[in-house]
Amino acid sequence: MNSGISRRRFLTIGATAAGALVVGWRDANAQRKLPYLGARVEPQQLGAFVRIERDGRVVIGARGCEVGQGVKTSLPMLIADELDLDWSRVHVEQLPYGYVDGDAGAIDPFGNQGVAGDASPAAWDELRQAGAVARWLLVQAAAQQWNVGADQLHTQAGDVVANDGRRIDYGSVAALAATLDPPTNKLPLKPATLWRIIGKPTAAVDSRDIVMGRSDYANDAYLADALVAVMVRCPYLDGTLDQLDDAQTRAVPGVRKVIAVVGPKPDSPFDGVLAAGIAVLADNTWAALQGRKNLKITWKPAPGPVESSAGLATTANALLDVNRDGIVVRNDGDFAAALKKAPMKVSARYTLPFLAHATMEPPNALIHVQKGKVLLIAGLHDPDGASRLLHDITGVARDKIEIRMPRSGGDFGRRLHNDFVAEAALIAQSVDVPVRLLWLREDDLQHDFYRAFGVHEMQAGLDRHRKLTSWSQHCAATPRNYRDNSMRALPAYADCLDPGAFPAGVVANFEQTFFPVASRLPRGDWFGAEGFSAFAVQSFLDEVAQAAKLDPVALRMELLKPARVLHDGLDTGRLAAVLQLAADKIDWKRKRYNDHGLGIACHAADGAYVAHAFEISVQGNNLVFHRAICVADVGRVLNPLGLQAQLMGNTIQAISSALYLAITLKNGQVQQQNFLDYAPMHMSQAPREVETFTIESEADPINANAIIVASAAPALANAIYAATTVRVRKLPLMPELLRLL
Amino acid sequence: MQDNPARHSKPTPVPPVAASALEKTLPLRINGKNYFSDDDPAMPLLWYLRDMLRLTGTKYACGIGACGACTVLVDGKAQAACMVTLKQVTGHSITTIEGLAGNADLHPLQQAWIDEDVVLCGYCQTGQIMSAAALLQHDADPSDADIDKIANLCRCGSYPRIRRAIKRAAAASKPAKKK
Repeated sequence: MNSGISRRRFLTIGATAAGALVVGWRDANAQRKLPYLGARVEPQQLGAFVRIERDGRVVIGARGCEVGQGVKTSLPMLIADELDLDWSRVHVEQLPYGYVDGDAGAIDPFGNQGVAGDASPAAWDELRQAGAVARWLLVQAAAQQWNVGADQLHTQAGDVVANDGRRIDYGSVAALAATLDPPTNKLPLKPATLWRIIGKPTAAVDSRDIVMGRSDYANDAYLADALVAVMVRCPYLDGTLDQLDDAQTRAVPGVRKVIAVVGPKPDSPFDGVLAAGIAVLADNTWAALQGRKNLKITWKPAPGPVESSAGLATTANALLDVNRDGIVVRNDGDFAAALKKAPMKVSARYTLPFLAHATMEPPNALIHVQKGKVLLIAGLHDPDGASRLLHDITGVARDKIEIRMPRSGGDFGRRLHNDFVAEAALIAQSVDVPVRLLWLREDDLQHDFYRAFGVHEMQAGLDRHRKLTSWSQHCAATPRNYRDNSMRALPAYADCLDPGAFPAGVVANFEQTFFPVASRLPRGDWFGAEGFSAFAVQSFLDEVAQAAKLDPVALRMELLKPARVLHDGLDTGRLAAVLQLAADKIDWKRKRYNDHGLGIACHAADGAYVAHAFEISVQGNNLVFHRAICVADVGRVLNPLGLQAQLMGNTIQAISSALYLAITLKNGQVQQQNFLDYAPMHMSQAPREVETFTIESEADPINANAIIVASAAPALANAIYAATTVRVRKLPLMPELLRLL
Repeated sequence: MQDNPARHSKPTPVPPVAASALEKTLPLRINGKNYFSDDDPAMPLLWYLRDMLRLTGTKYACGIGACGACTVLVDGKAQAACMVTLKQVTGHSITTIEGLAGNADLHPLQQAWIDEDVVLCGYCQTGQIMSAAALLQHDADPSDADIDKIANLCRCGSYPRIRRAIKRAAAASKPAKKK
């Protein structure tokens, strides 16, 4: 995961012309090209992380892609704490994508700026080290200036303080500090007991700009003379252009150009654009939209089967019925024999639809392709991938490709793909001015990398002591690796079934089998893959408990006891702890009346542990939340206020999708058009409060976004059962519940 | 609170324009300033604000009036800017997020949004604030049920913090009578 760690990076320092101290990172591979550690270098050659101006202002560079997960606040907090700054005087600046050509290949001067850098043990260590070095230099400088030993000095809120009470602010010694040699060894980092910024509730650094309407998302960025491009894309999966009549489009005042974009080859990996399309370029958005409306296009479907959601469901269920030639994902003990012996058997099938990301800010890019250089301004989460793609398309050397990454209006996994960057580059190549490519909401819902569609068949056997002795999960789903180069080396089940997920390793006879369902629809990451399987697992655990007349919490606790770390790394004690706290907070044991129902579920992956509990009732056609609880253990908490926002937000995201959302295929086309037929939850439908609780541990911090969503949908389905005695086994829950009621 | 256009319930009159000029140019009053546009009268206000005036705090997210990201105030009432044309708003007073605070640094809602740390991705929040501003003008002390009437979408799920921020702003705006 942390490929950057193997290529050793060195901290390096420099001074600006105005005498500010600049501390940044340098890749070991860059040594021969850039001056060595400690030498005077131009600040722009550094991956600048910290700049201390002579007037005491401190600027910290935020290297990550801010998509709403809070890294523009939380990662600079790591530097600031180690540097003993007064956070209220810190100014955070977004760094661009960093790229330096080294002798041994590409160098990332800022470290990993993609999703892996958001919260990882490497980032945790690297960024604090940057702060520690800056602090060390400032202390050395003050020691020189006062002619005292550095051991006589300490730092506090932006000042160096001497034991005799003398005090000098960082800005006053910054110029001298910039002339010193940096430490030759890694510095010791502060113990947790001395943290003043890490772990303290800290508001998002961009809040003020955002609420004033001043924050520049990529779509708000400006380049003089840019043309606006909007597109019509082929609605058929892998379809091609048949006929185009653009006469009326070209007649629209302000329309400058109509450009055809060639789509991917049928069934080949999506390594560029997602679909064939026609782009209309105009002076402004309204002219482009008018031109788009006036296009007369006929599209040809790709040869081969015409896909539909009904057809995929039939295929998936048939694969599960026949149960032959599946890919064995995990096989412990002897499931078949154990089930045969079991006096009590339970089975059920769960169906999940495709889901779109529908980020509030649709994909867009502002790009200027010139001879020998490219400028891209876009909301990204894989800037390195965007840089490679732009190089492949334009032929421009990567160190001549400038990428600015303003904050993005949502991600949820959508921006791990750079298809819209490829489109923008292909269009911009044919004009000599910048191009702003805008995706409409319709484009976004119809052309996405969707969450998997699939059916899970669950089976379990219990012995006469009502102990779970056998467990099987057969999953027939649309795999992601089929058309995704980044997943090619991974097995087909890679983002549908996790062989390490609970209750693997705690049931003696355990089996998981995967059946790939072929589909041309682009597949991608939707909050990771965690919720896809967890919905079936955690719903089914409740069905098992119901059949065995066991309490759903007690059944899970029985499996998790005693606390132990399983082969795959899952700590059953930590999972039990989040589950127990969720149960305590919702007052699980108290009987509810008035058709109120309680539901609970938990999930663990990648070192994060989450549980959800809901108290709901169904009133007419509405589901009413009386209480919503989310408990998480994600290791160290960098910013409690930010984490609470993630727990609240992702809980609401997850229940919004679980209750209402589905992408469906008919006649080889995505049916949903806009927020009317893919309608996320409004305020009136959401819980008025999500009560969030964290169990903090000393484990390295984990980026928990993908895991938070996993337990919400099954907890909700379990609550619906408790309130209505109707077990909903198909997402989205609400239409299915109303059908069954 | 000083000179806050959003709080004036009466529409600000647009200066009279010669009838002949009206045929070619549309007089517009936006954030207290007068503009004369010779753009297509059928252009939605959203694209005029964003492309022509570069007031980009008003966001595009659906184009069909379903999400509220482009909410502005027209004569003090919440309106999706993607759903009205320049012609339709001629002669009306328009307030965007950039003009919400008037001469003040921040509108109480903007301050409350910061205090409650409402922002996740942030993209919908300017529209949320404009809808909340329209609500508070109509009802200075809204109940939960009143707040529920705000139908702006937030894909990140910030609703509980939006609710808290509206209540905080309502409390802050109450005239401090006896204390």
